[in-house]
Amino acid sequence: MNTLLLGRYYPGESILHRLDPRAKLVGGFYLIFLLLLATNWRAYVLLWIFTLTIMWLSGVKFSVYYRGVKPLIWLITFTVFLQVLFTAGGTIYVEWGIITISSYGLVNGVYIFCRFIMIVFVSTIVTLTTRPIDLTDAINYLLRPLNKLKVPVDEISLMLTIALRFVPTLLEETQKVMDAQRSRGTVFGKGSIVIQMKTLVPIFIPLFSSSLERAEQLANAMEVKGYQSGKKRTTFRKLSWKKKDTWCLFILVFITILLIILPS
Amino acid sequence: MEIQFEGVSADYQLGPIRRKSILDTVNLHIQKGSFTAVLGHAGAGKTSLIKAMNGLLIPHTGKVKIDGITIEEDTRQLICKKVGMVFQFPESQLFAETVEKDICFGPLNFGVALQEAKTIAKKVIQQVGLSENILGNSPFSLSGGQKRRVAIAGILAMEPEVLVLDEPGAGLDQNGKKELFTLLTDLNQHHHITIVMVTHDMNDVIDYADNVVIMENGKVVKHCNVRNTFSNLELLDKWSLDLPDVLSLQMKIEKEIGRKLSMKCFTVEELSEAIIAADII
Repeated sequence: MNTLLLGRYYPGESILHRLDPRAKLVGGFYLIFLLLLATNWRAYVLLWIFTLTIMWLSGVKFSVYYRGVKPLIWLITFTVFLQVLFTAGGTIYVEWGIITISSYGLVNGVYIFCRFIMIVFVSTIVTLTTRPIDLTDAINYLLRPLNKLKVPVDEISLMLTIALRFVPTLLEETQKVMDAQRSRGTVFGKGSIVIQMKTLVPIFIPLFSSSLERAEQLANAMEVKGYQSGKKRTTFRKLSWKKKDTWCLFILVFITILLIILPS
Repeated sequence: MEIQFEGVSADYQLGPIRRKSILDTVNLHIQKGSFTAVLGHAGAGKTSLIKAMNGLLIPHTGKVKIDGITIEEDTRQLICKKVGMVFQFPESQLFAETVEKDICFGPLNFGVALQEAKTIAKKVIQQVGLSENILGNSPFSLSGGQKRRVAIAGILAMEPEVLVLDEPGAGLDQNGKKELFTLLTDLNQHHHITIVMVTHDMNDVIDYADNVVIMENGKVVKHCNVRNTFSNLELLDKWSLDLPDVLSLQMKIEKEIGRKLSMKCFTVEELSEAIIAADII
């Protein structure tokens, strides 16, 4: 839990922090899309340079990004291994039963490794430089066309906002209940899987009960302050699209063109 | 059971939030059978101090010893049995289908047989002033005050030799508070349980505790008996601690009549005697 970085915001004043959240969100998704399309080493070099540049621009220390990748490193390594061991083609170095290590497999392994790492980096950049509240505002804005299809966009984004708001509270509460049960003699993380599951019951039930209670209090507080679902609401925070946001998207278009004209 | 802190420093970590030196070279010796109140501002390290007594917070330097046993990962289970911990709003730890099961949870974890645990449950539920009939109810159907007592009964069921409480009176009404402290005093005096409690209410300190530990920025700045602490008004002011009600009334009276009473008074009786002695009325 200590290394959990997803959805964490790092306060700062960098150019990335000051970009419009919509630009960052669209840009981030677009970059991941590009990463999934890249198939040759030139494209990967270009994308690495770009990703590292924006990481540098974000003004967040590299160690923070590293912490973001660390929990996923086993999953990534595992995928890369599968790729290396079971892809045939090109020069074959080792063949043993169903396992083949070939030049194709090795190259693909490297590509997939880069792809995963960069996807994590890019999504980390977006969340590190954007306040969660701005992010939900951006999601709300981008989903707005769905309003026409009778999708309750405002409610969805409110739910997102509330969920994000309660992550730290829930974390604190979990810690408290765990401490309490630990001092009543529960030992976590020991014994068979069944025993370990059983030790979670005394954690989850109090958490559920207090979450329900809190939800009711929150609902009451919102109603008292005049909230009604389905009503048109004005917003306190205004998103403002500036020239640099347009430029940001232009740069991405430029990268796309470069990727297309690069000889493969 | 005596509690000893030898040069204890610890950090606090919760998810991505990290605070360095929440405890900073703490040296402390709490006597067996004492009733100690821990005072200090929010964030002074009070809760961390009591967590360290229970093995929930293991210091990175220094040692915490309970009856000579150093708290480590290996000895934690042993210590948890001896040191019962009542958290702030302990009712939030209730989880079982019945009150009885919840109370038995602790003893069963420490290897007590089910039949014996049930006997203990009957004993402690009366100790906290509730009737045996409640044992079959769901803890979620109880009132706030009852929940608090059931939670405390769950700790007492472990038959601890030290009881550590984090603001036990918070959120209780006057009567509930009085009953709770009567129970604590009884445990302390007749069952010889050492009690350590964190509190913000100076009246509780005056009325029930015999020793005071004052904390500031992770350090223990004073550890002495209640009367000495509250007689030193400059120090109280320095640590911005509130005055107990009786003492602040005495201050007002002294200001009004323009002279000092013979002694610092902590109880209503003492104050009335001092007033009579001073011949004001």
